[in-house]
Amino acid sequence: MTAFDEMRPDGSTVRDPYQGYDGWLQSQDKARLTEKTGDAERVFRKTGITFNVYGETEAAERLIPFDIVPRIISGREWRRLTQGIEQRVVALNAFLDDIYHRQEILRAGRIPKELIAGNEAFLPEMIGVKPPGGVYTHIIGVDIVRTGEDEFYVLEDNARTPSGVSYMLENRETMMQLFPELFQQVKVRPVENYPQLLRQSLSRVRPNGCRKDVPRVAVLTPGIYNSAYFEHAFLADQMGVELVEGSDLRVVDGRVAMRTTEGYKEIDVLYRRVDDDFLDPLTFRPDSALGIAGIMDVYRAGNITIANAPGTGISDDKAIYSYMPEIVEFYTGRKALLGNVPTWRCSEEDSLKYVLEHLEELVVKEVHGSGGYGMLVGPAASKKEREAFAAKLKARPKNYIAQPTLSLSTCPILTEAGLSPRHVDLRPFVLVSDKIQIVPGGLTRVALKEGSLVVNSSQGGGTKDTWVLDD
Amino acid sequence: MLLGRTANGLYWMNRYIERSENTARLVDAGLRLALTRSADPSEEWASIVASAGASIAFKERHTDFTAENVSDFLLRDTSNPGSVMSVMETARNNGRMVRTALTRETWESLNEAWMSMKRMLAQPIDGRDLPKVLDAIKRETALIRGAFHGTMLRNEIFDFSQIGAFVERADNTARILDVKYYVLLPSVSWVGSTLDNYQWESILRSVSAHRSYRWVYDAEYKPTLIADYLILNGRMPRSLAFCYRNIAESLGFLASEYGVRHPCQDTAEAILGRLKVSAVKDIFDQGLHEFLTDFIGDNNRLGNEIAQNYRFY
Repeated sequence: MTAFDEMRPDGSTVRDPYQGYDGWLQSQDKARLTEKTGDAERVFRKTGITFNVYGETEAAERLIPFDIVPRIISGREWRRLTQGIEQRVVALNAFLDDIYHRQEILRAGRIPKELIAGNEAFLPEMIGVKPPGGVYTHIIGVDIVRTGEDEFYVLEDNARTPSGVSYMLENRETMMQLFPELFQQVKVRPVENYPQLLRQSLSRVRPNGCRKDVPRVAVLTPGIYNSAYFEHAFLADQMGVELVEGSDLRVVDGRVAMRTTEGYKEIDVLYRRVDDDFLDPLTFRPDSALGIAGIMDVYRAGNITIANAPGTGISDDKAIYSYMPEIVEFYTGRKALLGNVPTWRCSEEDSLKYVLEHLEELVVKEVHGSGGYGMLVGPAASKKEREAFAAKLKARPKNYIAQPTLSLSTCPILTEAGLSPRHVDLRPFVLVSDKIQIVPGGLTRVALKEGSLVVNSSQGGGTKDTWVLDD
Repeated sequence: MLLGRTANGLYWMNRYIERSENTARLVDAGLRLALTRSADPSEEWASIVASAGASIAFKERHTDFTAENVSDFLLRDTSNPGSVMSVMETARNNGRMVRTALTRETWESLNEAWMSMKRMLAQPIDGRDLPKVLDAIKRETALIRGAFHGTMLRNEIFDFSQIGAFVERADNTARILDVKYYVLLPSVSWVGSTLDNYQWESILRSVSAHRSYRWVYDAEYKPTLIADYLILNGRMPRSLAFCYRNIAESLGFLASEYGVRHPCQDTAEAILGRLKVSAVKDIFDQGLHEFLTDFIGDNNRLGNEIAQNYRFY
């Protein structure tokens, strides 16, 4: 199975989007490039762009390796992708609105009722709640994989609290520091205004009752030990808003307010990076120290915008994912522009049988898992690992879905032996208010190990700067 | 307007940075004495540990006050929450927490200081490298202060940081003096003897004041002048009077920015007032040790009052 290489599909001819870059690359000294890789690492360490790995006490802060070869997407490819993403995001929000109100898609029999009723990601507390502006998922990171010149698939819709956007921004910043001349030769569309767009987008979905000229926005973080803390601080900083923790907030006179050196000040829009479960100890997990007691009452009364809304997990759940083509068609009246990866739901008897018989060629994932934990990559697993996994599958089939091992496209990285192709995926970031905005770029994750298909940073993946060309 | 937690983080970040620098200065003073005195230096090291307020914790870990034990304990032992390594770790954690309030230069200098200390203090320190290590610690903290003063807007963020740094510095100077107060007392001082000269120099050296002392007083070391210099001299950057002038000033800025005067400002101004009107003779008459004990208590109470008035928690 040979993968589609985005720079040299036939091993020699350089594809159009990479022409300009290749011209520059040919004129570079290899030793200097290797040196630049070291420079990049020093920049990241110095600025503290690290992530915490759960379960590792020593060296708990690690860098996500950064590769200096950009991943390049042409303007035409990008336009096509964004149309598909926009359509999908419209459908996701329409689906959420429907699921928490009339549930017409269930009545129409397009997706099974059990999938919603028995789903942990479905929050009964959200039934009948209309979020400000009617938007449920404001910030979405759609994971896209490519398998050929014109073949793009959505691998996951991250509609809860997608992370990684700070890497998109810092990767670009670092590239511009390292290779200023390159950006004069190749016209790359800018991503730097993402924090401003994010702030505007959040401000546009302020609560109806908010009469301020500038609504007060805050980013809610679980704190400095969270794996994405750097990103939370980075975004708050770049947006110029407060970075708050649950302990800074309380409900005062029916509004959520933060404790400041001048007393309590109310917050209008909360960009929360805390999971649903921990948001409100009075409504969800009572042992949560990360949330705000009573925030759900304020929310139901329409006095605060929570982005993303609680309960959006029902739309990006892996079991729901397999129904996305139906969902898109149901709400937009058109076929999905961006395809799904074929998915077997192990809850269905025939599928389970097929999956068990073909484990060595499939990728099996937990329905609620993320971060590459708890998954089986069939072709890479040993016989023993597959057998152990089969036992888990049989014990809780509902907990799993399976997909064919996709031959993800590759993009070269700089290794000691020169350029060498590695598998990549792409996470563009989408902002939803009364309009949909997609910053031209995204996070390209790359599996640094030769042949590996796992791009997650927690599993040895790295990142690349992602260029969308201005053509 | 600032989150109470952010004000708290800034205050403690700066206290800890100041503390790590002072600890390095203390060890430096101890080292100097150990090198220049022929007699048993363990007493000197013991008083260094006492100045750092760590005698009990030290005895739980070590039996002998040697250069190796003390420098290991005060610089790199992470089981000692007051060691430079522990303190820098806490300073950085506070810095991460208030990252959005800091300029990029300030944050990076703090982060780099932490990285370099982590590297430098990973292995036990070879006695021959100790001067180099102490210099590096002082240099890193100086870089943080430089980045901070060079790039930070003079607003409430700056004020809370200043207050933290000066409350800590006042506490450190007072502790150093208190541990050595008997050396300065006329009744037990052996005027003119070599031994006392070393003792006095060690006090001045631990606050980097052994040269500037001569610029100001143009005289031999005298206990009353040393006390005057470190307590009452308003131009000496580590004196109690200097620290309190800055604390009172920062609290004044906060009061005018917020349009609210809090009780902690009265407390700070009362302490500053006492330092302004006192003569060193009065302090010796009252009892140097008593004066210092009272001061350390007052300084501590002021810190708590500021935390309460500005809703740190």
